[in-house]
Amino acid sequence: MPTVCPYCGTGCGLQLLVKGGRLVGAAPDFASPVSEGSLCIKGQFASTEFVHSGQRLTHPLIRRNGMLQKASWEQAYGLVAERLAAIRDTCGPDAIALWSSARATNEANYLMQKLARAVIGTNNIDNCART
Amino acid sequence: MSNSIREMEDASFLLVVGSNTTETHPVIALRMKQAVRKGARLVVVDPRKVELVRYAHRWLPLHIGTDIALFNAMAHVVIRDGLYNTTYVREKTEGLAALEEHLKGYTPEYAAQVTGLSAEAIVQTAHEYAAADRASIVYTLGVTEHTCGTHNVQSLANLAILTGNLGRWGTGVNPLRGQNNVQGAGDMGCIPTDLPGYQKADRPEVRAKFEEAWGRPIPSRPGLTKVTAVDQVLKGRVKAVYIMGENTVVSDAHASHTRAALEAADLLVVQDIFLTETAQLAHVVLPAACYAEVDGTFTNTERRVQRVRRAVEPPGEAKPDWLILSELAGRLGYPMAYRHPSEVWDEVAGLSPILAGISYRRLEQAGGLQWPCPSGDHPGTPYLHADGPESGKAYFSLVHHVPPAELPDAEFPLVLTTGRRRSTYHTGTMTGRASGFKLLVPHELLEMNPTDAAALSIADGEEVLVTSRRGQVKVAVKVTDRSPEGTVFMSFHFPDSTHTNLLTSDARDLITDTPELKACAVRVEKLSGR
Ligand code: SF4
Repeated sequence: MPTVCPYCGTGCGLQLLVKGGRLVGAAPDFASPVSEGSLCIKGQFASTEFVHSGQRLTHPLIRRNGMLQKASWEQAYGLVAERLAAIRDTCGPDAIALWSSARATNEANYLMQKLARAVIGTNNIDNCART
Repeated sequence: MSNSIREMEDASFLLVVGSNTTETHPVIALRMKQAVRKGARLVVVDPRKVELVRYAHRWLPLHIGTDIALFNAMAHVVIRDGLYNTTYVREKTEGLAALEEHLKGYTPEYAAQVTGLSAEAIVQTAHEYAAADRASIVYTLGVTEHTCGTHNVQSLANLAILTGNLGRWGTGVNPLRGQNNVQGAGDMGCIPTDLPGYQKADRPEVRAKFEEAWGRPIPSRPGLTKVTAVDQVLKGRVKAVYIMGENTVVSDAHASHTRAALEAADLLVVQDIFLTETAQLAHVVLPAACYAEVDGTFTNTERRVQRVRRAVEPPGEAKPDWLILSELAGRLGYPMAYRHPSEVWDEVAGLSPILAGISYRRLEQAGGLQWPCPSGDHPGTPYLHADGPESGKAYFSLVHHVPPAELPDAEFPLVLTTGRRRSTYHTGTMTGRASGFKLLVPHELLEMNPTDAAALSIADGEEVLVTSRRGQVKVAVKVTDRSPEGTVFMSFHFPDSTHTNLLTSDARDLITDTPELKACAVRVEKLSGR
């Protein structure tokens, strides 16, 4: 599956090798106009293993009695929406800040700032590295 | 970047500033080496003897934080010796006389004193840059992560404008972005001042356009940058923080400050793929899909929008970020009915003139498209300013050298600079989990010059205590002449064992609010009882 390396801003072309629903490796993408078949060791060797790491988050967590505990999406969405709305109503939309990700897709970043501006009503939206 | 990655190969002169390119952007470094093979001259400006120095014709190991003095002196020489591009300057720029006046004091001799370089090397570099057909300036974090970061970039841009090294193949002023989609996050409007496509939120006509599309009022009040928001949380004015995919308590300068703020927030929501140090502080953690599990686009450092494709399913109940955000918006009374990320993209493209001509269909064929791409038949833009400066004229910036905010003194006699190393990536949330990776650089190292190490009787590999005005960490020393005397170097890749950013300064660039990760004063001591 042709895609883009998740590490640095070069954006080298990556071919993900899939077997039985799991990534089994990565290969350079010779069709990429950026990298034309080159990859560094990060792109080549570190782009797949973390995906299937046993430490991935697999369900929402909610803090109860000081501990993060497993929760359903219903509960998580409900809690986040209720608390955000309460803070917006009592302290104003600018009491909420959202920080987006330089690792997430454009589409996710777009929706993050739309959530901030159109839904919550604040320009308090920034991304991580301002570099 | 004003120009493209592949153009670097055709540059006849490369000025690489504060960029450890072979380690941070290895595939771009390949292009640089190729350029050298094809006859280009390479000058590396960096206090550290980075690997790229091996391929360079000249290394300019300036004192940390003295970039502006160097670039201003180069501009001074270009003007003094009549080496600027007279046609370009006459037709496309404004303010040469003012710049000349401003740079009067920046003689090579003055800059030599400030930077520790020789006046001769400064003059030669200026002459070579000005004489080159196609000169390309490349820089990374070394330049922007200073309190005067914006000014550093402006003083570099002065050189490109003076010599007409803009708007042509193989030229330009080219920042290399660190993380894969920093460019895209900015393009999408994740900046307090800008809606998507760098349309300014303080312009009523811009807001009106988005208000019509989104059906909601857009606030005109300026937003808080992340660094300012952290302060406002501690002052109790910001109550809730929602973080998507960023291990902020590790990657930020002055980490203890950020951590204190996140602990103080009434509500902290973290959406990520791992239970990072930041997620561990959250009230609610939302499990996200990673890059291999989503459809979408990333935009690389040369403004190229490229397709990211879903190869496997996310683990357990984890969901793509775009879906989490749309479902949450629904809970907040604003239903979003996107069925696929391509529908989100179409909305972005419809609202952003620079992206208007980019669609998933075109991306399938093209191997990516570089914005500006204003229409469906536009081929994309490899280099900017082909028709001259955007506003008709390019303006020179009158900026002065200012010493770094925190200078070494008797109590903290060394300068600590931070940066990245190859093989580990940013805070290690991804590479830290690939078992082969820690082998290459098994733990954090403090790089120290042999002379400094000898003065403190510190041996290679010895564990020491590093203290700044803000914190203290324990770390092993690597004695190497990569670090100049008086300067020590650490990365921030190993949060579990060594939390580098506990030490760094919270001074910031006055214009962009970028924290000064690059330089702070520290003291290094032997561990007691050894
Ligand atoms: S393969 Fe290496 S150089 Fe290319 S994008 Fe990935 S990390 Fe960057």
